Amino acid sequence: MDLSSFILQQIINAIFLGSIYALIALGYTMVYGIIELINFAHGELFTAGAFIGVIVLTALQQLGWVETHFVLTMIIVFSMAMAYVAVLGVAVEHVAYKPLRTSSRLSALLSALGMSIFLSNGMMLSQGVSDRPYPQVFGVEGIEFMGARISNGQIFIMLLAVALMVSLQLFVHRTRLGKAMRATAQNKVMARILGIDIDQTIRITFMIGPALGAAAGVMVGLHYGAVRFDMGFLFMIKAFAAAILGGIGSIPGAMLGGLIIGGIEVMWAAFLPSAWKDVTTFTVLILVLYLKPSGLLGKGSAEVRV
Amino acid sequence: MIQQELKKLVVYAFFLAVLLIPMLGFKSTTFEPGRAFKTLGVFLAILVLNIIVKAVRSRKKEEDLRPKKPWVESIRERIERYPKIYTLGGLLAVAAIFPLFADNYMIDVGITCLIYVCLGLGLNIVVGLCGLLDLGYIAFYAVGAYTYSLLNLTFGLSFWTALPIGIVLGMVAGCIIGYPTLKMRGDYLAIVTLGFGEIVRLVLNNWDSLTAGPNGLFGMKRPALYYPSFGEDGLAWATYYLKSLPSLYYFILIIAILTIIGVRRLDNSRIGRAWIAIREDEVAAELSGVPTTWIKLLAYALGAAFASVAGAFFAAKLSYTNPNFFLFMESCIVLCIVVLGGVGSIPGIVVAAFVLIAAPEVFRGLENYRMLAFGGIMTTMMILKPEGLIPATRSRRELHEDLATKPKD
Amino acid sequence: MVKSQAILELSDIHTYYGNIHALKGVSCSISKGEIACLIGANGAGKSTTLMTIFGVQPATQGEILFKGTPIQKLRPEKVAALGVSQTPEGRQIFPRMSTFENLEMGAFLRKDKAEVQQDLEWVFSLFPRLKDRMKQLGGTLSGGEQQMLAIGRALMSRPELLLLDEPSLGLAPKLVEKIFETILEINKSGVTIFLVEQNAHMALTISGTGYVMETGRIVLSDKAAALLENEEVQKAYLGE
Repeated sequence: MDLSSFILQQIINAIFLGSIYALIALGYTMVYGIIELINFAHGELFTAGAFIGVIVLTALQQLGWVETHFVLTMIIVFSMAMAYVAVLGVAVEHVAYKPLRTSSRLSALLSALGMSIFLSNGMMLSQGVSDRPYPQVFGVEGIEFMGARISNGQIFIMLLAVALMVSLQLFVHRTRLGKAMRATAQNKVMARILGIDIDQTIRITFMIGPALGAAAGVMVGLHYGAVRFDMGFLFMIKAFAAAILGGIGSIPGAMLGGLIIGGIEVMWAAFLPSAWKDVTTFTVLILVLYLKPSGLLGKGSAEVRV
Repeated sequence: MIQQELKKLVVYAFFLAVLLIPMLGFKSTTFEPGRAFKTLGVFLAILVLNIIVKAVRSRKKEEDLRPKKPWVESIRERIERYPKIYTLGGLLAVAAIFPLFADNYMIDVGITCLIYVCLGLGLNIVVGLCGLLDLGYIAFYAVGAYTYSLLNLTFGLSFWTALPIGIVLGMVAGCIIGYPTLKMRGDYLAIVTLGFGEIVRLVLNNWDSLTAGPNGLFGMKRPALYYPSFGEDGLAWATYYLKSLPSLYYFILIIAILTIIGVRRLDNSRIGRAWIAIREDEVAAELSGVPTTWIKLLAYALGAAFASVAGAFFAAKLSYTNPNFFLFMESCIVLCIVVLGGVGSIPGIVVAAFVLIAAPEVFRGLENYRMLAFGGIMTTMMILKPEGLIPATRSRRELHEDLATKPKD
Repeated sequence: MVKSQAILELSDIHTYYGNIHALKGVSCSISKGEIACLIGANGAGKSTTLMTIFGVQPATQGEILFKGTPIQKLRPEKVAALGVSQTPEGRQIFPRMSTFENLEMGAFLRKDKAEVQQDLEWVFSLFPRLKDRMKQLGGTLSGGEQQMLAIGRALMSRPELLLLDEPSLGLAPKLVEKIFETILEINKSGVTIFLVEQNAHMALTISGTGYVMETGRIVLSDKAAALLENEEVQKAYLGE
């Protein structure tokens, strides 16, 4: 493969990986935007989505639906994973975050951390310690052009990711609830004065954000072929870096950040020893937080806010 | 009121069912409801118990309007009636004679508890006194362990020679990690420290040529005591390696006691008050003349120092070290100890360390649920009792009075 | 004095900010259809009063009746649903939402689309400048425009009672005049107005009833015209 097609391939991979990171980052940024808390448990919500995905997919596979009703199967798998995690997200908010809304940031953070540990170990105990394999749904077929190739699976996932992100933008900018979410994120007290029920709004945020993470989880499972109880940790860190990079609280920022982080990771792995790939990610995260905590498209007040 | 509670119960039960049954019931490809329903049952039992307790309490209210003193407070008051010498002396005596009555396994558990006591107290300086949420604290533990290991294996340095170096390196690491976070607060600080902790671990894991990577380092010598003895050549120094578990136990016990004394001293010192001032209101502290930059770095450095000592001991005792001993989970465990014991509370942290480390050993069957419990404990403590089991109320009260009246420092 | 029915009544309201006793037994009564104002020095507790009415800073003691219904224990969302609107201190515009979206949020609780559209036209007729800035983000508007937007947004819910917190703050005198003219016009359309102001002169000029607040207590209450003539008031608040 010559250099140009190699680079093209990396770009494709970067966009692919970036879209997944973007979906996860969106969950972070939405939650942070509305209650100013880093949802440490987000990584576990992502993993839970992957688990439900594999459970449903396995069941449907046994029925033979993967071959006969592919699109329907995918719809069911994703919907159920997202619905489950939406419920889980609301539960987590209710149990771990709502009681601490008026407490110090430290308390809320520790509660979030505790929730994260609880959930990941809960999944370990319920689903086992080892990898749980995803049924092979996509073959190796794909499209080739200019020396690079995209597999069918990648195309499907990227299209779905884009669809979800577009839907989110539409929801947030065109619907009453979406605007209520934005208003609540920008000025809670004023939103209440206008009659917006912020408990409800926060609950909805905790349904949508984690649901997007769940979708990403299923995508990761489909693409990489397996899910593990602790895979959320690394994805969480990277998605968090993406959210911060793009400007925490900004939805387009999360998308942009996701692409950038995906790009960095893929490019690094392509040209440099990949064992150090994760060190790079952490380093990027720290650099971003140190040099430009308000991010690229950020609200500009992140420092003051935090 | 009961009606409301019952309605809530139904909603909770529904949520729990939806969440637990798929996760627990589909471990393999077939549906095995057994575990799911059992777990669901446990949760529901807890909720029902909660309602019953509330109902009983609300009925009792008529008779007993006085707020009940938390039982910890009453125990504390009982203990405080005796002069401190007695309680401390008693505890010390128990700790001293413990190895005589315990088997090797229990002594080992004791040693581990004491190590975590040191770690918890060290982290307490950063989180408890200064209010900086450090999620990468375990990195300093690793620095101490690997410094001793490398110095001992490569240069043959003894424990005592390597220890100060380890402490210094730990403090340097503390400053390096602390520096970028000086302007950060809360959430971002936590993530950055988490990142640093992971970077340290990954570096130790990947830098094969230096650290032997995932294989770890082994064969370090145990700490040794030197004593003069008369041999064939007259007066000479003989070494006595602390190889037996009881000897190691006493060694860490002394370290732990020194740590407690050290932290206590810091707590009451000007530096300690400065830390607490920063924790309560950094801007006000800055305006009162507290050099926040230095003081914060000092907090990281001193916290790291304690961890390094613990780390060096850990590596020496085990004669083996490995990057997997320093996972993020470990930082969480230490954090859980601080949270459970009470942020800023020395006795609380000591007790919490023993409870959290010894309990899973005592209740062998619950090994698997250890981390699950830790997570649950952290969240629950924050919601129900954020000041911890043994709150540091005294120092807080002292502190508020101090801040109100103390002159510019 | 004919007392038309009271739309808002506060009786012995006490509010705490943490340990600070901000309102120490505030009582007042506002009649339907009038403009009432609350004047006083900075920190007297004027804004706290409005926040307490809305339930953002709940009262620890006392009663607030809106159209006869007690509302002191209601959450702000519920108070809004009853027909009360507020332009809080500092305008509180949603900075990253457009002028139009800000106004839309004002009508959040309403379901009658056609009527909302009518009200939107009315707001634009009151504040033509807002129409020009319709697509602009709220955070980029000037101080005066933000004030207009805040009032317009509060009107979008078709409130019966409008609480205004320092509408003149930081505005050029000409603009202040315009705002107060508009307030009169709004009142003529039937909205009762409770106005908190530092600019005592303007406030008392357009109001029917006036209240003077000092350190959490109402120390004077009378017809606004009378207060304008009152010597103490003149000395303390009218700079004469």
